[in-house]
Amino acid sequence: MKSKRLLTRSRNQKKTVAFWIAVSILCLLALISLFPLALVVLNSFKSHTEIMLNPFSWPTSFSFHNYVYTWEIGKFGTGFINSIKLTASAIIAGVIGSSTMGYVLATRRVKTWRPLTLYFMLATTVPLQMFMLPLYSTFVDLKLMGNVYAVGVAIAAWNLPMPIFLMRTYFLKVPFELEEAARIDGANTFHVLTKVIMPIVSPGIITVACIIGLFSWNEYLLTTTLLKNEVNFTATLKFLNLNGTFSRDFSVIMAGAVIMVIPMVLVFLLLQKRFIEGMANGAVKG
Amino acid sequence: MVRTRKRKDVRERKLAYHLLSLPAIFLSGSIVLLPAIQTIFASFTKWNGISKAKVWIGLQNYQEIFHDWVFWKSLTNNIKWTILFVTVPVIIAMLASVFIAHYRIGHKTFQAIYLIPYLLAPTTNAIIWLNIIFSPNAGLVGFLQRAGWQITSPLGNMSTALLGVAMVDIWHYWGFLTVIFLAALRQTPLDQLESAQLDGANGWKLFFKIYLPNILPTVSLMIVLIVIYSFMTYDYIYLLTQGGPAHSTEVLSTYAYSLAFSAFKFGKAAAVSLSMGLIGSVAAYFYTWLSRKEAIE
Repeated sequence: MKSKRLLTRSRNQKKTVAFWIAVSILCLLALISLFPLALVVLNSFKSHTEIMLNPFSWPTSFSFHNYVYTWEIGKFGTGFINSIKLTASAIIAGVIGSSTMGYVLATRRVKTWRPLTLYFMLATTVPLQMFMLPLYSTFVDLKLMGNVYAVGVAIAAWNLPMPIFLMRTYFLKVPFELEEAARIDGANTFHVLTKVIMPIVSPGIITVACIIGLFSWNEYLLTTTLLKNEVNFTATLKFLNLNGTFSRDFSVIMAGAVIMVIPMVLVFLLLQKRFIEGMANGAVKG
Repeated sequence: MVRTRKRKDVRERKLAYHLLSLPAIFLSGSIVLLPAIQTIFASFTKWNGISKAKVWIGLQNYQEIFHDWVFWKSLTNNIKWTILFVTVPVIIAMLASVFIAHYRIGHKTFQAIYLIPYLLAPTTNAIIWLNIIFSPNAGLVGFLQRAGWQITSPLGNMSTALLGVAMVDIWHYWGFLTVIFLAALRQTPLDQLESAQLDGANGWKLFFKIYLPNILPTVSLMIVLIVIYSFMTYDYIYLLTQGGPAHSTEVLSTYAYSLAFSAFKFGKAAAVSLSMGLIGSVAAYFYTWLSRKEAIE
């Protein structure tokens, strides 16, 4: 098959006036994206009164005192541990649920694939927060309120359809012959899945794990409703709490914001390819 | 002998596939489907969410919200929100992605920068904007005030609050759309583009004749998703204004949430939620219709 030439190829481009207009618009948009964040970083090194006087002034010193103080006062240590627990349980539940269902929907070997596809397609489009009230009372009844692991699983279930369809696209790329060959050699479905298929789709699993991790780390509605006790707060809720109790000390808020932003940006830069691939494959129509 | 073995094999495989469906069915069934059925039931009852007693009152909750001005205010705000979101971020993202794809500049750098706000938690973004932009003390607004500008935080004014909240949400969201559009644009056949350029097509012509038709399926899918999400929107509104001042930024989800968890009217909240779902389901129908081709046929 002759490969189609796509826009991914680089081309020589004349540097016209239009080119420079385009570049300046792109740079302006980048500036808008980063402006509030840059301002926060700048002010995180300043004292409360310095920020009040002029948010654009340069800090007198670049000490990490604000960060250390904010980390302790905001109890970010427990917050991040809770976030990690919650995200881990969401990733485990989400990856198990989406990879198994993604395989079933991709192979279409049982008749239930059609109603299941329709169900999960519908579940993408239903405003899930409307089902939160019974979930809340179920959590109270089962004494799961404040249980970060349980909330992590709930977040995974809420966000299940997108990972399922994403996994499905990865399973579709697995050559069918490979599976048949293993079957002839006497492997059962479990072996086929774990020994033959999973190694091939493992990049897809990492991508799905990244996307689920992003959802659950940033989740607000379920965590704020189901984690009522402060000891169970995730990092995002700790920061929200800090904003409520320390709203008069701007240096604490700024340092707290930097503490929230930096880990996320670092993880993103590290796994950038996976995040972008996941988002694009989840939404782009072939 | 061989035949019975084969039949047993097929049975084993079928069973295995049904077993593989179980984790997702269990997860979604217990946390989405079961609460969904309970919500539908609750909307016909008077229930405070805590006690076991649910009193069946028929359509009374629906009648109540029909005569409730806050419900209509919320619905209007959801519609305004939808109109804002299917235009502003879509146009910005289209512009940015076409520029990047056409001129082949800083593909990775711009994409990464634009995506950063999207990756941050709504709580983080909301607190950042409340303090460093909108605050009359420490923020940009306060700085400009002291410099003599006639400017106040848009969130404090009933007529601009919704726009203020939408501004923050759009700031965080449009980069995601850019990444999606860019991925779709990279599928543009180069031959088409080159022959159009040889014919002397200008920028507008290239956009409407080549780029737009190529990414149109993706754009329409995203617009349908935006409509659905606009009727579910909650985080930024609740974090920035809690629906205020005086319900001016109230949307269906914040209204349902405060009915349930502040007023403890779970039945009425369920009715509001279901009305929200009913409207969203029209968009959902189009979503299923658009993506059906790929997943089912």
